[in-house]
Amino acid sequence: MASTEVRGLGHSVERKEDARFIRGKGTYFDDIVLPGMLHMELLRSPYAHARITSIDTSAAAALPGVVAVVTGELMAQHNLAWMPTLSGDTQAVLATDKVRYQGQEVAAVIAEDPYVAKDALELIEVDYEPLDPVTTPQQALAAGAPLIRDEKEGQTDNHVYHWEAGDKDATEKAFADADKVVELDTVYPRCHPSPLECCGCVADINPATGKATIYMTSQAPHAHRTLFAIVAGLPEEKIRIISPDIGGGFGNKVPIYPGYVVATAASLLIGRPVKWVEDRTGNLISTGFARDYHMHGELAVKDGRFTGLRVKMLSDQGAFYADAQPTKFRAGLFHIVTGSYDIPAAFVETDGAYTNKAPGGVAYRCSFRVTEASYLIERLVQTAAYELGVDPAQLRKDNFIKPEQFPYVSATGFEYDSGDYDAAMDLCLEKLGYKELRAEQAAAREEGRLLGIGLASFTEVVGAGPRKTYDIAGLKMFDSAELRVHPTGKAILKLGVKSQGQGHETTFAQIVAEELGIPPEDVEVQEGDTDNTPYGLGTYASRSTPTAGAATAVISRKLRDKARGLAAHLLECSEDDLEWTAPRFTVKGAPDRGVSIQDCAFAAYTNLPDGMEAGLEGVTYYDPPNMTFPFGTYAVVVEIDRGTGQWKPLRVVAVDDCGVRINPMIVEGQIMGGLTEGFAIAAMELITFDEDGNCIGSNFMDYLVPTAWETPSFELGETVTPSPHHPIGAKGVGESATVGSPAAYVNAIVDALAHAGVRNLEMPVTPDKVWAALSEVGLAQ
Amino acid sequence: MSETTLSAAPPATRQITVQVNGEARSAEVEPRLLLVHFLRQTLGLTGTHVGCDTTSCGACTVLLDGVPVKSCTVLAVQADGRTVQTVEGLAAGGALHPIQQAFHEQHGLQCGYCTPGMMLTSVALLAENPDPSEEEIRWAISGQICRCTGYQNIVKAVQQAGAALREGS
Repeated sequence: MASTEVRGLGHSVERKEDARFIRGKGTYFDDIVLPGMLHMELLRSPYAHARITSIDTSAAAALPGVVAVVTGELMAQHNLAWMPTLSGDTQAVLATDKVRYQGQEVAAVIAEDPYVAKDALELIEVDYEPLDPVTTPQQALAAGAPLIRDEKEGQTDNHVYHWEAGDKDATEKAFADADKVVELDTVYPRCHPSPLECCGCVADINPATGKATIYMTSQAPHAHRTLFAIVAGLPEEKIRIISPDIGGGFGNKVPIYPGYVVATAASLLIGRPVKWVEDRTGNLISTGFARDYHMHGELAVKDGRFTGLRVKMLSDQGAFYADAQPTKFRAGLFHIVTGSYDIPAAFVETDGAYTNKAPGGVAYRCSFRVTEASYLIERLVQTAAYELGVDPAQLRKDNFIKPEQFPYVSATGFEYDSGDYDAAMDLCLEKLGYKELRAEQAAAREEGRLLGIGLASFTEVVGAGPRKTYDIAGLKMFDSAELRVHPTGKAILKLGVKSQGQGHETTFAQIVAEELGIPPEDVEVQEGDTDNTPYGLGTYASRSTPTAGAATAVISRKLRDKARGLAAHLLECSEDDLEWTAPRFTVKGAPDRGVSIQDCAFAAYTNLPDGMEAGLEGVTYYDPPNMTFPFGTYAVVVEIDRGTGQWKPLRVVAVDDCGVRINPMIVEGQIMGGLTEGFAIAAMELITFDEDGNCIGSNFMDYLVPTAWETPSFELGETVTPSPHHPIGAKGVGESATVGSPAAYVNAIVDALAHAGVRNLEMPVTPDKVWAALSEVGLAQ
Repeated sequence: MSETTLSAAPPATRQITVQVNGEARSAEVEPRLLLVHFLRQTLGLTGTHVGCDTTSCGACTVLLDGVPVKSCTVLAVQADGRTVQTVEGLAAGGALHPIQQAFHEQHGLQCGYCTPGMMLTSVALLAENPDPSEEEIRWAISGQICRCTGYQNIVKAVQQAGAALREGS
């Protein structure tokens, strides 16, 4: 354990990265200006489904200031008209034959000035022959549906995949033996991570050296370097991805988008740097959406205990299957759907369908479809409580996996590392004043007011992963840390992950402080530059602390072991005679005789024992033995306006258990951000389409994200159940609240109406839907 | 009236002079140049960010004659002869403004993209209302989007800065 002076684990150290951000001195990709830099704009399809009959770029090319106009035909000459997706499908870079969704990239203009590039877009003439669009997965799989992927060999319909998990026979038996089956049909709608900074890059290929330096909004710069090498056929040592400061990611910046590829190709062909800045509409209509799962869930109950879970789903994949998720798992980690409950049998099956919508099912602040799973089970359990006439909190407690059951192997094959679900639930109910609130709810109902209390007790699976099971596009999911301690006792930590606002520069410095005794302010954390950091898989799926955090602890301990030898040399004693209390080694029984880690660092370069290698540096690659399983209970209290259908959260209480907390301030910041995005998804965020395939939700006036005005206040609590396999017991927390909270909000709204028989409302739960429900059950005023 | 075409000669430019963070900055600009691009590209003040291009997100908020405006929806020529304050002008003589100190201490920022605009709106609010309620703060910043923090710590930061400014005045 570190002494308090080094401010290791458990200290709310103020963030080191703030110094530049509060002064407006961050460096986001759009802040980068290179000599001779050109500007690129993308022309996008106005149609959801249409054949391209001709493209005339002559007027655009003739506009003064335009340097080049790039079409799919030109890209095809370089074998770059198509690229692989992260799910093993192919995606058009610039359309050559057909457009398959509104907003698809058709051509690009490269110009001296960004305004001129935009002007030139309007001079490109594209002739389209519109085709019938397919806008729902049900429509896509119906007989006679228009074939979207006609270019794909062997593809005769719009079916993408079928995938199963669990034990079908055991599950059928559980349902046959059940005394009650509870069902829920629900859609987790298409939404979008929409980080405040859109995507973009500056691609700079030096014509003399062939070195390609690409500054891009990348959550996974190393993986992107390798994929660029494979896609573009560039030698990997000549590619340098620099992911500078990122204005939010939430999964949106995991895939490689056509704009990156076209800008890089343009720089290569022209021999000058090319900047591409996506606008908000481009971001919302063409980049990685999230969810879009049509789910049917059934819960078998016998004697008040859950005995089986059966789920059948249909996934709307858009025009190209581009989910960012491990290869083995077509529905991501959805099979965590048994959640916090001891359910002996479960079976999940899902089918994916192509539609004329944007591709890229990314996990919007979630570990590969865990959000959909958590939503389904928590809504099902709430429904079961009403059907069984049991209090929803009690029903959860009756069915929780108990602390003594860990490590717990779920019916779908996950081995949960640790948990104490009752403790988190009890704390949440206590903070909420649950019993009193139920009485208040009943009293309010007598007065004609509609209060609802919604609970959700989520369990996540994060931190991919053991490399034997998890990969992205074939790259195994380990992560790395390189630590260099300088002679003066200051250090640089280089990581393969990449912060997008999560505070890595502070959090990971605190792990070094804990393990090696160097205070966080003396540890510079570097990420994002592939020439300058060890290989890693990047930041998403709450994996940075479980993987790179573990690697940081491991390499710190290795350097501490070496420092012990240096300390023994300096103190002229045996290593066995030394005790470590960060930041000092002292001689056992003689606490006055000691040296600091800084003394050891200086000795590593100035005063080495014979035979010891110089320096105090090292690198390690960490392969986690298992995933981590953060959990918690959230409670939301809402009041519904019977006159308008508007609902307002009155209280939001969130108890999280993410194992050991490194920086409590940052952890709480992550939770509040997630509770807000969970609220957003439950209340307003929706990417939808009209019957022609026009995207409704293409700007921040149609795609609503919450401001400070709508966003509720949050009351937070914690329990701590360390991960037994993580070096410092941490589990990851960035996504817990987005995963857990949508069900709590919706459960609260439904709870306000449950006495009148309402069992479901679909997200986003807009006032018109509530109003319709109120009217139907005679509660509208 | 003859038909205009986009391939005609480049639009005539205009000379403007804007007091930016207390310094007179002059440039020849196209009439259509947006203020945010004047600040970011002409002057190299990249602390002002662009998040949506449609006046929705407020990442580009600066103070024009002391009033918060979304600089993606103001033309540079409209700022001619007026004063603009950006995030780069907040730390007078290198010392952090109380709002900067408060955003840091209250963890009122994560990715930092909305932060300059949020701080400038807060400065304008506190100039007008030195001791705002939580509701008044939430209303004042409701034209701006933060995707990371959930706003609670931003509210606390504005309250802390208000207290510091009241104490200092």
